Amino acid sequence: MSQLQKIAEEISAMDEEQRGGADFDFQPLPGDQEVMQVIVEEREELPVFLTESDSQLLCICYLFAEEEVIADKRSEMTDLMLDMNMPMPLSSFGKTEVGDGKSMYVVFGAMSLNSSAADVALEISTLSANAIDSIEALSDYLV
Amino acid sequence: MGIFNKIVTAIRGGATEAGQAVVDANAIRIFEQEIRDSKNAIEKGKRDLTGVMADKMKEERKVKELSADIEKYESKALQLMEKGDEALAMEVAEKIAEIENELAVHKNAAQAFTGKVATLKELMKKAERTIRDHERELNMVKTTESVQKAQMSINASYGSGIGKLGDAKESLNRIKAKQQEREDRMKASEQLEAESGTGSLDEKLKAAGVGEQSSGGSDVLARLRAKKSGGQ
Repeated sequence: MSQLQKIAEEISAMDEEQRGGADFDFQPLPGDQEVMQVIVEEREELPVFLTESDSQLLCICYLFAEEEVIADKRSEMTDLMLDMNMPMPLSSFGKTEVGDGKSMYVVFGAMSLNSSAADVALEISTLSANAIDSIEALSDYLV
Repeated sequence: MGIFNKIVTAIRGGATEAGQAVVDANAIRIFEQEIRDSKNAIEKGKRDLTGVMADKMKEERKVKELSADIEKYESKALQLMEKGDEALAMEVAEKIAEIENELAVHKNAAQAFTGKVATLKELMKKAERTIRDHERELNMVKTTESVQKAQMSINASYGSGIGKLGDAKESLNRIKAKQQEREDRMKASEQLEAESGTGSLDEKLKAAGVGEQSSGGSDVLARLRAKKSGGQ
């Protein structure tokens, strides 16, 4: 069993309190790189993706596409994101290319490969909440 | 150019599309080779260091032995001089001079080995730093690539891309609507509970003027009046 599957099973076996009161639904995605899709409660619109590299565990949640940002407000928004990066608990803002030259803004958390299932559960629920709060807080910059 | 710079250049050049190498494979191979070389250097350094430290200890031991010998012969020479045996004292003095020459050689050797130990330790520290730096940089490349690959898996699962799910504001509204709906459902079931449970019977009785009555201000005033008139 892979590390990600093990974490998913351990989190699913936790009682509600340990999971921070949130329900997680894990779904492995097919592909070269192992990716675990996590739906937190009923937020299927904002899934969290778990993936693993040689040195870290990454939790990613996509916020919006670059083209959804009002063009002449973009630099102001990215500045604000930089300002918010440190106060935001456990997660950081980022940007990543998703193919066809399209970019998405993300919130993500990077964790040690030795993180416990409880740590990962906290990361996922915090990331999901941060994603919702971020979209809400940044909605003035979106078309 | 450092790896960090290479990644920045690749991203600025738009070369981070999934499947494209951020840093060419050859550069990574060179990097990995440098890490292996540094690791070998450290292994060799450790072996050399053990040897040099043993040599140094051997020389220091010799210095101690020779110093003790000199002291021993010096006291003997003094005794002979007291006895007036100048000839034998001279012979001992020559022996002392001989030992002193030997001592100088070993002292120099011990000093040279001490210097060599310091150099070797410095070299090993440097190799360890190189390994740490290279491994960190290599991790950056590998993380970038694994994120790209993860991206491909995610894109494949969502068909045309992640944006497919609709725009962010819409998603947010849907999530909030669902949350609201859940809260409404909870409230509704609480109400249902209240209506079908004992709470509703009490409320009906109260409404009918039967059972526990809540006292209002006028009730209290009436009671006080009754009390006052009764007391007079």
